Amino acid sequence: MSTEAPLLEVKHLTAYIKTPKGEIRPVQDVSFSIGRGEIVALVGESGSGKTVTSLSIVGLNAKSIKYRPESSILFEGKDLLKLPEKELRKIRGRDIGMIFQDPMSSLNPVHPIGKQIAESIVIHRKIGYAKARQKALEMLQKVRIPDAERRLNDYPHQLSGGMRQRVMIAAALACGPKLLIADEPTTALDVTIQAQILELLKELQRETGISILLITHDLGVVAEVADRVIVMYCGKIVEEGEVGRIFEKPLHPYTRGLLDSIPPLHGSSPEKLKAIPGVVPNLLELPAGCRFSNRCFRASQRCFEREPDLARHPSGNLVSCWHPLEEEGEKADGAKSTARLS
Amino acid sequence: MFFQFLLRRLLYVIPMVFVVTLVVYSLVLLIPGDPVLVLLGENATEEKIAELKRQLGLDKPIIEQYFTWLSNAIQGDLGRSIFTGQSVSEAVAERLAVSLQLVTAAILIAVVVGMTLAILSIYYAGTWIDYVVRFISTLGVAVPHFLFAMFLVVLFSLKLKWLPATGFTSIAESPGGFLRDITLPALSLSLGGIAIITRHLRSSLMEVLDADYIRTAYSKGVSRWQALFGHALRNAMLPVVTTIGLMFGNTLGATVVIETIFAIPGLGQLAVGAILQRDFTMVQGVVLVMFMMVVIINFLTDIVYALLDPRIEY
Amino acid sequence: MSFRTVLRRLMAERLAFISLIYLMVLVIVALLAPWITPYDPEQMDVMNMMQPPSKEHWFGTDELGRDIFSRVLMGAETAVKASLFAVLIPLCIGVPIGIISGYVGRIVDDIFMRIIDGIIAIPAIILALGITSALGVNLWNAMIAIGIVFTPQFARLARGQTLQVRSEHYVEAAQITGAGTLWIMARHIIPNIASPLVVQASFNLSIGVLVETTLSFLGMGVQDPDISWGVMIQQAYNMINYNPSMIIYPGIAILLTVLAGNFLGDGLRTALDPKYKMDA
Repeated sequence: MSTEAPLLEVKHLTAYIKTPKGEIRPVQDVSFSIGRGEIVALVGESGSGKTVTSLSIVGLNAKSIKYRPESSILFEGKDLLKLPEKELRKIRGRDIGMIFQDPMSSLNPVHPIGKQIAESIVIHRKIGYAKARQKALEMLQKVRIPDAERRLNDYPHQLSGGMRQRVMIAAALACGPKLLIADEPTTALDVTIQAQILELLKELQRETGISILLITHDLGVVAEVADRVIVMYCGKIVEEGEVGRIFEKPLHPYTRGLLDSIPPLHGSSPEKLKAIPGVVPNLLELPAGCRFSNRCFRASQRCFEREPDLARHPSGNLVSCWHPLEEEGEKADGAKSTARLS
Repeated sequence: MFFQFLLRRLLYVIPMVFVVTLVVYSLVLLIPGDPVLVLLGENATEEKIAELKRQLGLDKPIIEQYFTWLSNAIQGDLGRSIFTGQSVSEAVAERLAVSLQLVTAAILIAVVVGMTLAILSIYYAGTWIDYVVRFISTLGVAVPHFLFAMFLVVLFSLKLKWLPATGFTSIAESPGGFLRDITLPALSLSLGGIAIITRHLRSSLMEVLDADYIRTAYSKGVSRWQALFGHALRNAMLPVVTTIGLMFGNTLGATVVIETIFAIPGLGQLAVGAILQRDFTMVQGVVLVMFMMVVIINFLTDIVYALLDPRIEY
Repeated sequence: MSFRTVLRRLMAERLAFISLIYLMVLVIVALLAPWITPYDPEQMDVMNMMQPPSKEHWFGTDELGRDIFSRVLMGAETAVKASLFAVLIPLCIGVPIGIISGYVGRIVDDIFMRIIDGIIAIPAIILALGITSALGVNLWNAMIAIGIVFTPQFARLARGQTLQVRSEHYVEAAQITGAGTLWIMARHIIPNIASPLVVQASFNLSIGVLVETTLSFLGMGVQDPDISWGVMIQQAYNMINYNPSMIIYPGIAILLTVLAGNFLGDGLRTALDPKYKMDA
C-alpha cells in the first residue's frame, strides 16, 4: 500500500435521525480511510449502517438524516459533509461514481441505455449527447457488452440482469471517477453472473487504478475482490484489517461468527449450520456496553458495562472488543471458553 | 406488428360501437308520445298519420329502422330534423367545429396549468406553494362548472368589464376575437380538468421520484430540477396521458352547460335544444357524434400511450 | 375489519370526520326541512325583493321576495335525495352485474364489458339529459337518470375487484367444498370487495349532487314547486346583473356538500386500507 495521502478519509462519522420515539443513530463514530487504488469491503448485515455510511459520502441520504458536527468526510482534502449542494453535484459522477443493488429498478425504463451512460459525461464535460455517444460506446465495450453499437439504443428491459449491471458500471465510470462506491452490486444477480461482474470490477480496477468501496453482506464476494475489510455491526466498526488476516485470524467474535456461518464447500457437512444466536439490538434500546454483548459467547461483565474502543491489535487489525479472539489463543466456537453467557 | 396491435384494439371497439348505437337508438324511441302525433296535431286523420309514418320510415320494424339509420349514418347521412327539416349532419357539422374549439382550448388550459401546478407543488414541496396547489386541486373538483362560470362572469365581465359574457368567434375568422370570446368559457370548462391533472400528475411524480433510478441519476451529479424534468416527468406523464383521454368525455358533456350560459352555438347547445324538443332524429345524430368522438379520442389515447412507453410491445 | 375499527380510524382523519358530521346534519335538515324553515319557501313578498341579508332574512330574499335561507334548507332535501339515488341504484344494479361479470367471466364478461364501456363513453350529462327527457321531466326521473348514469362505473369497479378476489385461495377452497355460486358471492366475494365500493359510494354522493344541480340548472331536473340548489342558481343567474350575490348561498351549499362527500371518501379510503398505521 502506498504511503501517500488517502483518497477518502471518513472521520468520526455519526449520523442521527430524530423519531417520535427518540434519536436513532444508524452510524456511530465511524472512521476509516481508502487509499488510491485500494478495494475496501464494508461488510455487515442489514441494519449495520453500511448503506447509510456509503450514502453519506455522496450526500444522498434522506434529508431527515443529519450528521453530528464532529463528523467529517474528506475527499482529496475537501470535507464533503460541509460542501454546498452545488459543489457536491460536481463531485458526484465525475469524481465519485456509484452503482446500486438492483439494476432493473436503478435504470430509467424510458431512456435508452446509451443515454444513461452518456448522462454524466454530458453534465460534467458539458458536451452534447451526440459527442458523448462515442464515449458511451467505448464504455459499453469496456464492460464487455457484445454488439455494443446496436445496444446503445436498447432499453433496460431488453437486457438481462447481468448486462444491466454492466451498463450501471459503465454509467458510473463514464467520467473516469477516482472512487467507485458499489452497494451490493451482485446481490440481485444469479451466482454465475455474480462471478462475472466481480471479475469485471477487478479488471477495471487494474486498468484504471480506481479505488472501490464495496458494500456487501456476502463474505464470498469479499474474499474474491477486497484488499481490506471493514466489519460493521449495529452502526459501529467492530473490526478492520487486511483481507487475508480477517479470514484466517479474525479477532472479533462477530467476524468469527460471520465466517463460521458460511456453509463449508469441502469436507463433511456439519449437522447444523452455525448461526449467530440472538438478534441485532433495536437502535432505540441499545445496551450500555458492547453492542454485540447479548449475542457473544465470550461476553464478560466488562462487556456488558462499557463499550470497547476501536484499537489496533498487535496482529495488525483494528478491533473493538474487550476479549479479541487471539488473545486467549483458543478456538472461536467457545469450546473451552470461560466466558459467561447470560 | 404495430398494425396487428391496432387491429386488436379496433376489434374490441367495433362491437362496442354497435351495441351502444343500438341502445342509443332504441332509448330515443322510448320517448313517450308519438312524435308524429306531436307534429301533426291531435286531430290528424289516420291517413295522414300513416302517410307521415311511411315518409319517415317509422312503419318498418325497429331493427330494420336501426340498420337503415346506421348504414345511412356511416355514409354521412343522419336524417333530417323532425322539426326544422334541416339535415342533421349539416347542423352537427356546423356545431362540431365550434365545440371542438371550445373543448380543445379547455383541455389545453387544463394540461398546461395542471402540469405547471403539479411540478411547482413537487419542487416546492412543504412550502406555501405546495399548500395552495393542493387547495386548488381539492376545490377544483368540488365546484360545478356553471358556478365557476358565473363567478368568472361576475368578476371579469360585470365588474372588470374585461371580457364578454356571451358570444363566440371562430378561430378561422379572427384569432383575436376567438381568444377574447373563448377565454371565460374555456376557463370554466377547464377547472375540473386542472384539478384532476394536478392531482394525478402530482401523485404520479411523487411515486416516480421515490424510484431507484432517480437515486442513480442523483449519483451521477444530476440536479433536482434536471431529475424532475429529464427523468421523472417522462415516466410520470404516462398515466396522465390516459387521464387526459378520459377527461375529454367529461369536458364534452360539460359543454352542454357552458355553451348554454355563454350562448355558444356548439354541439352541447344543440343537444339540449333537441332533447327538450323531443326532436329524436336530431338527438340520435348528436349523441352518436358525441359518442364517436369520445371513442375515437380514447382509442387515440391508448395508441399514444403505447407509443410513449417503450416497455409496451407491439 | 370490524365496523368499530373503521369508525375509530375514521375519527382520526379529522376532515373526513367533520364531513361525516356535516352530511349527517344535512340529512337531518333534509328530513325536517318542511317543518324547520322560518318562512314558507314559496311565500312571495314582492315588496321586499332582493334584500341583502338581515336579521329577518339571514340570507336575504330573492327576486320574488322569497326567503333564501328557507329555500336553501328545502334544497337540501333534493340534494340528499339525489345523492341517495346516485348511490343506491348503482349499488343495487351495477354491483351485481359487475360481480356476475367478473365471476362468470368469458362471454358474459365480454358482452357486459362492451356494453358498459360503451355507456361510459357517452358523456354523463348527455346521458342523464337523454334519459330524463325520455322518461319525462320531473324530479324522480332525474334521480333515476342519475342512478343509471353511474351504474356502469360501479359495475366496472365491482368487476375489477371480483376478478382480483376470485383468484384468491379462499374462494378456491370454498369451491372445492362444494359451495354454490350464490353462496360464494354472498359470503366471500362481497365482503372482500366492499371497501373500494364504499369509498366510491362516498364520492358518488358528491357527483350525484353535482349532476342533479346541473340538470336542474338546465331546467331538466326539479320542477316547480320543488326546490333545488341548481334551480336557485338558475334563478340567481337571471338576476345576475341586478344582484350577483344571490348565487353565493346555494353555491356554497353545493360546494360544502360536494367537498364533504370528497373528504369523506378520502378518509374512508385511508381508514379502510388494510395497511393502515395509526401513526403513519
